[in-house]
Amino acid sequence: MKHLDEYRDPHLFDVLMQEIHKKVSKPWTLMEICGGQTHSLVKNGIVDLLPKEITLVHGPGCPVCVTSLGVIDEAIHLALRQDVILCSYGDMLRVPGSHLSLLEVKAKGADVRILYSPLEAVQLALANPEKQVVFFAVGFETTAPANALAVVHADKVNAENFSILASHVLVPPAMEAILSDPENKIDGFLAAGHVCTIMGLDEYYPIAEKYKCPIVVTGFEPIDLLQGILMTVTQLEEGRYEVENQYVRSVQQEGNLVARQTLKDVFEVSDKVWRGIGPIPMSGFEVRDRYKRFNARVKFDLNLDTVDEDKDCISGAIMKGLKKPMDCPNFGVRCKPEHPLGAPMVSSEGACAAYYHYSSAWNNAKIEVQ
Amino acid sequence: MKMNLECPVPQFDFDHINLGHGSGGILTHKLLNSGVFEVLKNPLLDQQHDGAIIDLHGKLAISTDSYVVSPIFFPGGNIGDLAINGTVNDLAMCGASARYLTLSFILEEGLSMEEFKQVLMSIKKAADLSGVEIVTGDTKVVQKGKGDKIFINTTGVGVVHPHTDIRHQRVEEGDVVLLSGPIAAHGVAIMSLREGLEFETTVESDTCSLKNPVLALLDYLGKDVHFLRDATRGGLASVLNELSEITGLGIDIRQGDIAVAEEVSGACEMLGLDPLYVANEGVFVAVVKAERAEEALTILKIHNSCTKAAAIGSITSEHRGKVVMKSKIGGSRVVNFLQGEQLPRIC
Repeated sequence: MKHLDEYRDPHLFDVLMQEIHKKVSKPWTLMEICGGQTHSLVKNGIVDLLPKEITLVHGPGCPVCVTSLGVIDEAIHLALRQDVILCSYGDMLRVPGSHLSLLEVKAKGADVRILYSPLEAVQLALANPEKQVVFFAVGFETTAPANALAVVHADKVNAENFSILASHVLVPPAMEAILSDPENKIDGFLAAGHVCTIMGLDEYYPIAEKYKCPIVVTGFEPIDLLQGILMTVTQLEEGRYEVENQYVRSVQQEGNLVARQTLKDVFEVSDKVWRGIGPIPMSGFEVRDRYKRFNARVKFDLNLDTVDEDKDCISGAIMKGLKKPMDCPNFGVRCKPEHPLGAPMVSSEGACAAYYHYSSAWNNAKIEVQ
Repeated sequence: MKMNLECPVPQFDFDHINLGHGSGGILTHKLLNSGVFEVLKNPLLDQQHDGAIIDLHGKLAISTDSYVVSPIFFPGGNIGDLAINGTVNDLAMCGASARYLTLSFILEEGLSMEEFKQVLMSIKKAADLSGVEIVTGDTKVVQKGKGDKIFINTTGVGVVHPHTDIRHQRVEEGDVVLLSGPIAAHGVAIMSLREGLEFETTVESDTCSLKNPVLALLDYLGKDVHFLRDATRGGLASVLNELSEITGLGIDIRQGDIAVAEEVSGACEMLGLDPLYVANEGVFVAVVKAERAEEALTILKIHNSCTKAAAIGSITSEHRGKVVMKSKIGGSRVVNFLQGEQLPRIC
């Protein structure tokens, strides 16, 4: 397929892989930020082909995984209301809250719909004036502009029965949280290409400088990932720590200015609780006062008690890269995609689920145990 | 269309199905006499009995399936041909040539006769193409809101091809796994309609009868065909996982040899779906003795529905109970069972 096959070319892949093998002289630990990158690395079997000196750890960039238990409970609380149509992206539905998942409340009769775009939810609100339509707006800087746009649009067309339950999180504060952890093992980052397509590169220079850590903005296809790994390893081997852009076909220095402006208009930066990691100051978006009538938390006066994660889930350590999924005693035993203990096992982008589904290492280990 | 000239187009003097059409009274009588019996006409059905007495010899296969697809019309077909092809194909996977089908409708009050007529004509056409006769059936009508336009159940009886023995127990190490055509078209056709997505080219369902290619394969290869299964719900990945689990053997497949039409692959990228798990209605997997694989492909490729048939992998005694796929770029990964429904990803 045009615009995809080029980035999955087996010959180019081999060339890059050989380059990486040649370049590496000592052990390096790299973190790919985005769940989409984790998915692609594991799905294409790339991890097993890399030199043993390179350890890849999977970062916190799966929006489904880091959405806090409390927010999922809020969504479920709203979905259970008779007057609410709750709209969400597909893979949020399976994520367990403290008692139930949206899929389970849907089976019980709640009106939960899977949409591909928040603008569809505004249309739904216009078509159902007797109902309150709430869009469960999760995601990083990548999905936030579309949600902001939906709010602007709802304001324009006076869709007063539309609101969003925003749970947006931001990449740079999470990177800082990881790098400032005393146990941090990360030598370099593959930054998330789609996040930088929106936000540009500027936020990353101070991080690279402060923590002396190379950051390479990387795409999602096999060739992108290998190139990103090669660029990061090259910097590490040469003792450099710069911000570089592998994903040039999508990412511009200043990002997408229109999207950034829309974000600024609709959202303000606020503290957020990350599932498995805990609270990170100024690490997310909340709807500004100007648009508060489209903020589901204000509209429905949501004020649920905070809830604790399952004590046996080590998702925090996994998302910080301190542990691998297979280090968890519950992985594949008590915790499986059909009964996840924590979020990284739920979404196909979650590190645990990606390992569970695709990794030969784990699957072969499972066979040996039998 | 040629078929429309040959088949008597039913004439109904009502526009919509109502509860009376399922009452067994005069309206039921009218619905059947002015439509169903006329279109599907054959000596056994003409008996207008609640059952059919048939005369078949040899080893028989029987299969039943219910069809609830929504929407009932989709590019490349509708619930009518799906209901015939699906059951004919299930019989073919037993190595049997479908001969007789039963046909039961559950109609929702308010269904337009125009739609019912179209479905009926597709049933007729699909039955003719597969050489099967509909010999008995049933019609029920449910209140509006209690159904989804039309549900269909078909049960089929077929005669098993002599000199064949299709059983998972016959699958052995070294056998070659054949795939009859490009995957994921049906699921994508349905999903793009449901989601209201439009692509530059319309993706059409692959619904078709697999009876002829399968029978031809059996004619030539006989007992060297060890296993057959159509890759319907759950897609190719599910068929292979079931086979691997039940035989206790491993399966190696090669991503590069699994055909996916370009527009289907593009739609899957956009919808965040893995084509391996997307439903098909005209694709099957055949496991054959390695030495006969080339011959099998030559035979399959003669048939329109199988021109892109390919060998996609083999049975191995390694990684028992697991399906492992070599990716196009040379990495390998385990292909697992689908967990629940395939849900579109956020980004």
